[in-house]
Amino acid sequence: MSQDINNKNEWPLWEVFIRSKAGLDHKHAGSLHAADADMALENARDVYTRRMEGVSIWVVESRHIRASDPGQSESLYEPANDKIYRHPTFYNLPDEVKYM
Amino acid sequence: MKLDYILHLADDALIMGHRLGEWCGHGPILEQDIALTNTSLDHLGRARSLFQYAAEQFNSLTPELKSVQFSSVALQALVSEGKPLDEDDLAFLRDGWDFRNHLLVEQPNNDWAYTVARSFYYDAFNYLFFTELMNSTDTTLASIAEKSLKEVTYHLRWSSEWVVRLGDGTDESHERMQQAINELWMYTGELFDMTETDKAMQAEGIGADLSKIKSLWIDRVAQVMEEATITIPQGKWMQKGGKSGRHTEHLGYILAEMQFMQRAYPGMEW
Repeated sequence: MSQDINNKNEWPLWEVFIRSKAGLDHKHAGSLHAADADMALENARDVYTRRMEGVSIWVVESRHIRASDPGQSESLYEPANDKIYRHPTFYNLPDEVKYM
Repeated sequence: MKLDYILHLADDALIMGHRLGEWCGHGPILEQDIALTNTSLDHLGRARSLFQYAAEQFNSLTPELKSVQFSSVALQALVSEGKPLDEDDLAFLRDGWDFRNHLLVEQPNNDWAYTVARSFYYDAFNYLFFTELMNSTDTTLASIAEKSLKEVTYHLRWSSEWVVRLGDGTDESHERMQQAINELWMYTGELFDMTETDKAMQAEGIGADLSKIKSLWIDRVAQVMEEATITIPQGKWMQKGGKSGRHTEHLGYILAEMQFMQRAYPGMEW
């Protein structure tokens, strides 16, 4: 993703991650425009936590995210399809064990 | 007396909330549009709490006091019929001269710099005011102050950052920020004007001491303006009148728009 530094009318795009409550991880909530990191945090607060969605916010400029190429999906992900032994499905769980 | 004090606070919240709400759908960018309407809703929420409290106070007055409290025709009609007033009556059926908000909050949005300057002056005041009001002997006002302070802390952070952003930005943004700061300056004196109501409320331990807040406000405002490379206006002449019901022409236009529906279709709900 490249940023057009000549376009001064457009603030850069930021990705927003919200932690919904203490102990849980930050999850991607969406994106927004902001002039800098401080404004991105405030905009994220105003746009994504109005309905009590969060207790913590991370923002990162979208251009810093490196995404995998969808065209390479076959070679990246399909080799895992026949490795079912990687799933711990063959254990017998005692009834007493909950939340597995 | 306490009723006047509550109404002054309620009117500030209502009119400021309405002014910021006017930006809805007109913000320079979606995210800031939402930021301003969020803030607007904070003010309107505070207005509701205060108007409910004011209505409660009004309804417990003697018939004689009720008949002289408001000179608004629509309210007098309700009072003469012996009907209790509620928050909506106070917001939508009062005429301009019965409003007690500061002149500052009724000033028009003009452009982004004016909106930021008005918010900055008012937020800095509100932050200090509600910090004081938390110590009120009136438990309802103290609890409204406590809730409001959390909201206002964020409002002040937002408006202060924008003053710095524009003031210490480009030549044009600096010039326009400085102009807005200059032109609204004369409405800041009224924030610290101790009316008879203010004095009486302070004496009873209900209201805040505005003279104490004044020096703190100047410090706070000066600190942000210095960072923003904005020159602090030196004007000594200050406008006032809002707290006694003498308003700028802008209030009439706000009320015309805000009250039209309830005046034209009394009691309508939607």
